Amino acid sequence: MSHRLFLPIAVFCLIPGLGEAKEQKDTTYLLREVLVTAQHKSRDVIPVQTLSGEELKRLNSNSIADALRYFSGVQVKDYGGVGGIKTVNIRSMGTNHTGVVYDGVELGNAQNGQIDLGQFSLDNIEALSLYNGQKSEILQPAKDFGSAGTIYMRTRTPVFRSGENYHARVSLRTGSFDLLNPSALVELKLTERVSASLSAEWVNSSGKYKFRYRRVNPAGELAYDTTAIRQNGDINATRIELNTHGTLRTGSWTFKAYNYNSERGVPGAIVNNVWRRGERIWDTNSFAQGRYTGYFGRFTTLNNVKYAFYRTHYVNNDDKQVKIDNLYRQKEIYFSSANEYEITSFWDVSVSYDFMWNNLDADVYGFVKPTRFSHYLSAATALDFARLKIQASALGTFIHDIIRGQQAPADKRVLSPAVFINGNPLRNKDFSVRAFYKQSFRMPTFNDLYYADMGNSKLEPERVTQYNVGLVYDHSSTSSILANARLSADVYYNKVKDKIVAYPKGQQFRWTMLNLGLVDIRGVDVTGLLTITPIKDLYFTLRAQYTFQRAIDVTNPADNYYRDQIPYIPRHSGAAVANAQWRGWGLNYSWIYVGERYNQQENIRYNYTQPWYTSDLSLSKDFIFGKVKLRGLIEVNNLLSQDYDVILNYPMPKRNYRFTVTVEL
Amino acid sequence: MTIRKLFLYFLPLLSVATSCREDELVVPTEYDIIGDESREGSVRGFYLVNEGNMGSNKCTLDFYDYHTGLYSRNIYAEKNPSVIKELGDVGNDIGIYGSKLYVVVNCSHKVEVLEARTGLRLGQIDIPNCRYIRFHRGKAYVSSYVGPVLIDPNAPKGAVYEVDTLALAVTRKVSVGYQPEEMEVVDDYMYVANSGGYRAPDYDNTVSVIQMVDFKQVQQIPVGINLHRLKKDKYNKLWVTSRGDYQGVPSRLFVMQKKAGYNRMIVTDTIPVACSNMAFFGDKMYYYATEWNNYSASNSISYGVIDIRTKEVISNNFITDGTEKEITIPYGIAVHPETGDIFVTDAKNYVSSGTLYCFTPDGRKKWSVRTGDIPAHITFLQK
Repeated sequence: MSHRLFLPIAVFCLIPGLGEAKEQKDTTYLLREVLVTAQHKSRDVIPVQTLSGEELKRLNSNSIADALRYFSGVQVKDYGGVGGIKTVNIRSMGTNHTGVVYDGVELGNAQNGQIDLGQFSLDNIEALSLYNGQKSEILQPAKDFGSAGTIYMRTRTPVFRSGENYHARVSLRTGSFDLLNPSALVELKLTERVSASLSAEWVNSSGKYKFRYRRVNPAGELAYDTTAIRQNGDINATRIELNTHGTLRTGSWTFKAYNYNSERGVPGAIVNNVWRRGERIWDTNSFAQGRYTGYFGRFTTLNNVKYAFYRTHYVNNDDKQVKIDNLYRQKEIYFSSANEYEITSFWDVSVSYDFMWNNLDADVYGFVKPTRFSHYLSAATALDFARLKIQASALGTFIHDIIRGQQAPADKRVLSPAVFINGNPLRNKDFSVRAFYKQSFRMPTFNDLYYADMGNSKLEPERVTQYNVGLVYDHSSTSSILANARLSADVYYNKVKDKIVAYPKGQQFRWTMLNLGLVDIRGVDVTGLLTITPIKDLYFTLRAQYTFQRAIDVTNPADNYYRDQIPYIPRHSGAAVANAQWRGWGLNYSWIYVGERYNQQENIRYNYTQPWYTSDLSLSKDFIFGKVKLRGLIEVNNLLSQDYDVILNYPMPKRNYRFTVTVEL
Repeated sequence: MTIRKLFLYFLPLLSVATSCREDELVVPTEYDIIGDESREGSVRGFYLVNEGNMGSNKCTLDFYDYHTGLYSRNIYAEKNPSVIKELGDVGNDIGIYGSKLYVVVNCSHKVEVLEARTGLRLGQIDIPNCRYIRFHRGKAYVSSYVGPVLIDPNAPKGAVYEVDTLALAVTRKVSVGYQPEEMEVVDDYMYVANSGGYRAPDYDNTVSVIQMVDFKQVQQIPVGINLHRLKKDKYNKLWVTSRGDYQGVPSRLFVMQKKAGYNRMIVTDTIPVACSNMAFFGDKMYYYATEWNNYSASNSISYGVIDIRTKEVISNNFITDGTEKEITIPYGIAVHPETGDIFVTDAKNYVSSGTLYCFTPDGRKKWSVRTGDIPAHITFLQK
């Protein structure tokens, strides 16, 4: 019965073109999904946006960062191309306040605090979620209570139907930028309780694309119009990921080993007389992580361990500039134990403790080789009444650094509380209101503190306070044409204090970092989702999001950018996705809009950056030959070939294409 | 049918959206009325080059016209609209020689040549990582961080390029010390301050001496580490600044002079003041210094006046009305060759508009104006 209720949503998440004969089998699969969905839905005390399954696959996205553009409140910094660095900023608080969690464990970068989401492929991702504040679960690692906003990436977990022992998927992508991107996935059922999957991928691209700069004078006459080819944006990367999943009588365990290797050119800024640069980066990111979850009556425990090694080799070969050849090595050891106890049917409490050890080594002159010990202790509680849910948490963070040859800065202790409330004020279950208050902070990174000459070891953590009020309307029905309608709106106010900014030291290109910045952020996030089935077998979905942000610098009235919008934050941005599914055919249209922005602090015309909006279109068709499923996908990105920069002087590609063939058994 | 329906739904939206983005206009010039007009004397006005932060391509050129009292901000693009990506990335020096105006654009690896009276483009000379420009006997000389690749490709020495000012082409080049900065010519020898900034902590500490006849380096005189400014006064003394190592070794000011009867420059004085930049007027040298203080986590800024005959500091501030409190980071200095008005630029936080201040010779603020990002180098246009 319950699966009928959620059928429309689930179908949306599923492969289109369920054949008549297969319907019965797929329904069992559906049921499994549905139960998870239903359980999950009821617990969303905290604003969440999710893209999963087929919906995620159909969006024209090269990487995780591309897919995140469909979430409200998110700004993606994109330096262009397949290999270009991509980082996200949630609600204007800054990239370093965004946590990124990969299969339950937060990804770290103690060096600069930023995760390049361009490095993560969508190939093996099953769900992508964005939480403002924190995840709606009190059973989670202490660190997860720490970020101002968090992106969760979940890879595919093998699900075998009865009689199945393996799944295999091979896919090949090719298209513009001389892209060659084969990938393969094998899932094996080793025993009744243990399954394993191996996923591998290779990306090779020249990163070459045409871009155009054009200017006209006020009379409309052409001043210049030039089209050039982006150089040194090539990438050659491999990813191998091994997962094993096991179920126990009283719990479950998973183990993951991950390796990413890449060589990339850094395309650099296009400035007058410079169209090519000589910077290159080699990255090796490896980590192994294990997780054990145990259920013992009212007590649940969730334990994670992780070891990560990141190696970055940066070379500047430009014979017009200073020669640089630096090797950075980061190591991370992480341990987490989260424990939850159900006191009554409506009251849960949890305590988590995380320990993390980070070390950065670099062959840079005067480098202090910092080591950081971080301890996180959190306590949280959840109250779940019929029409009111409350979650409260407090995280204590203790950080101790050791540096070579110098006195380390004082230890940092920070307490960050959070409260989340969700209620159904009307008796109608479709409608709910929510509110949260959260304090969080980001530690100065190793670069902020210790980078040769520029770092400032006296830095204090940068703090953020968030207030959010929102409402959700979520209606599903099976009887009417309107299968599902969901609308959510949130209003928020954030304050960033002691913002870590670069400050000049008086000589050309010499900077230091200071806790000098106060940002006042007010915003509105609106998301909507509509699924209709006008006729049999036709599913039509519309998803839209709109974000308004006023993020102003209120540091010092004497600054000539006082109360100006901070750089690269548009006041208006949004996205819309329309999707139609009919008997194995899928058509997807997506539109992204980023309004006018300023590329520097001062909101003057010399810093003005035009809005951009791109239309992406994709068409897919599924074929079924017995046990073999075949899918073809054609994508056209930037359909109208708009010439735009996300970041000043980093031109984005004009119209480009991608073709994918996937075979699954 | 589904496709048609989709398009029907979205085409209006598309067309509405497409109209939001407009053609990119040529970067416009802005004007401010200053009112400091004067038709007397030989100075028509001055050009100011704003460096712009690295990678921003926001090196811009401003002009002040004493005939009209108008300050024109960002004149290059309007005057030369067809130049792709405008003036370039990180201006580093400016100079007028004859009828031509030269702008050294460091990260665009070029020297832009304009007609001095109109600001119209005449051409460009490609010189990698070019820093400063000086003129001598019909030729322009440009210091560059990268010279011809020598034995050790990882530590290339810098060079001085000789440019023919008529053909606008490089004629000769000479290898000097590491990362050369400013230079001057005295009695047919060129003196070049070598910084070695790419080699920290092994800074260069020499002034290269180039014999102009055969354009060869004949000597390297040890002066101090990380040299930067090198300017000659009217008595043909050289004033050389050292930036220090920004840690234990402070910034210093050195004087070089020829001993009577000898043709060799030697260091005669070390003046115990920090100095970032200087400008001469009469027998006075105005200077300022910006030094980062790790302890207070702030810049310590000082101003001063030196009598170039006695080499004594005669004043600890040339701004007398308290305006110095408004200046965040002094970044450029110039003195009007006739009136003695002192110009100081404020680079603020490097990534927002700076300010140009004009002071009377007795140190009172006459006017100030908003400039581009990192206002730094000024040259006066003669009538």
